[in-house]
Amino acid sequence: MTPLLALDPAYWQVTTLKGILALVVVPTTAAIIAFVFLFKFVSFMHNRLGPMEAGPHGSLQLLAEAGRFLQKEDLAPEQADKRIFRWAPIVVMVATFLIYVVIPAGPNAVIEDLPGGIYYVLAIASLSVLGILMAGWASANKYALLGALRAAGQLIAYELPMVLAVLGVVIQAGTINMQGIVAAQMGDGAEIFGLPIIGNPYILTQFVGMLIFITAIQAELSQTPFDMPVAESEIVGGYMVEYTGTRFLLFFLAEFSSAFAFAAIAATLFLGGWALPHAWGIPYGAMHVLGPFVLLAKTMAFALIIFWVRFTFPRLREDQLQKFAWKVLIPVALANIMLTAVLKVVF
Amino acid sequence: MPELPTPKLPGSGLLKGLGVTMRTALETMFPDGLKNPVPQPTKGAATVQYPHEKETPANRSRGVIALHDENCTACMLCVRECPDWCIYIEAHKTLAPPRRAGGKPRAVNALDRFDIDYSLCMYCGICVEVCPFEALFWSPEYEYSELKIADLLHDKTRLVQWFDTVPEFEPYESGAEIKVKKVPPPPKKADQ
Repeated sequence: MTPLLALDPAYWQVTTLKGILALVVVPTTAAIIAFVFLFKFVSFMHNRLGPMEAGPHGSLQLLAEAGRFLQKEDLAPEQADKRIFRWAPIVVMVATFLIYVVIPAGPNAVIEDLPGGIYYVLAIASLSVLGILMAGWASANKYALLGALRAAGQLIAYELPMVLAVLGVVIQAGTINMQGIVAAQMGDGAEIFGLPIIGNPYILTQFVGMLIFITAIQAELSQTPFDMPVAESEIVGGYMVEYTGTRFLLFFLAEFSSAFAFAAIAATLFLGGWALPHAWGIPYGAMHVLGPFVLLAKTMAFALIIFWVRFTFPRLREDQLQKFAWKVLIPVALANIMLTAVLKVVF
Repeated sequence: MPELPTPKLPGSGLLKGLGVTMRTALETMFPDGLKNPVPQPTKGAATVQYPHEKETPANRSRGVIALHDENCTACMLCVRECPDWCIYIEAHKTLAPPRRAGGKPRAVNALDRFDIDYSLCMYCGICVEVCPFEALFWSPEYEYSELKIADLLHDKTRLVQWFDTVPEFEPYESGAEIKVKKVPPPPKKADQ
């Protein structure tokens, strides 16, 4: 890796910088997702305007909402296991932060370029369920417990098709490193049908894998139609039912920043991440600046799909959810892996 | 032989649903279609941005209850029928001049107090229906929110003021149920 600037900062300086960057980037991405999709896009889908008063077109509405949550009293139920109750949203939030660690936003713009990047993401993605189980159990509330158990069942069931869908990409790219996957799609020599003009985004060759992956992240993020863990009309908000104020805000933030993180991972796996096709002849140095914007654009495309589906379909039933994962997604994903492996050997 | 329904592709309904929501979103953002690619959601959306722009309420909408105090006899029917007990009436007996020359002075009830507590009122309109003397009317005015809940108690002066906002009686549509006892409201005070 070539250094971006002729600087050689000490380890603690780099670490501090990365920490500050993460603290800025994660809430910002959550705010972008929440404003663009939760406030505006869904309003347009309902032929209404959404928030309009705070700032131009309601763009400061989230600041008002966050201020409101921060002012609220930090309540815990009397019967709750208070220490675990208080830590649960922090565990969920930390799990979300950890996903951001390996998402590359440029040639060097990655918090830590772990060799086993995508494997790390899949491992960390199941960490948030611990926080959710903690929240559900410690709330001493039957709805919270039901929600947490549903979340556990759902996240485990959909972890599997997600891993299997990712495997197709990994087989084709020949690496589990995120930067390696980006390079395999957009780097020098990436071509499809002998045409290098759009590189080789895996959305074309791994289309089935992409469909499985976005279905699985829809469930991982507990977005409708797979939102049984929160299901406000059945179990009044699930594991979040007892949370108020700042801790509720943390859950909210985690929901939307992990939506952004998974959309960014989908963009990296299937659209080539921060990179533009090598054939366009954009100098490598320019990608240090352009990369984050390219990644943002691709991420928003995937986030659009997530929220478009979320606000279109009604909730499935709990058994339908499990049936869909085990009887449809996993067999299709396995077939996809076999086909990919065979084609990889043949070509 | 009955015509068989055309077989549908599985999942076509899902795609159709996605199409409906996306089409609505695009029509809201770009109401002029391809002619104007600048998003104009304020033009495309059905939203009326309330404090800045207002809709005219329908003529017979239930906004606020107005009192025509000259017709009120303090018979207390509205007070008794009110499900929320939000009407308060106090009156005293007094003598009114005779209708014809040489007649006896008439004993009437003079209103001392006529309050409606709009923090309790549930806008059922039973008081308006039950009033036999045509003293209560619906007015479409709706902007009378207050900072303090106690200020929602409208006294007689305020209720009489609302009477100026009562629209002229509109004849019922043909085929509507005619309430025989209901008569058009008397002419406005300004006309008298």
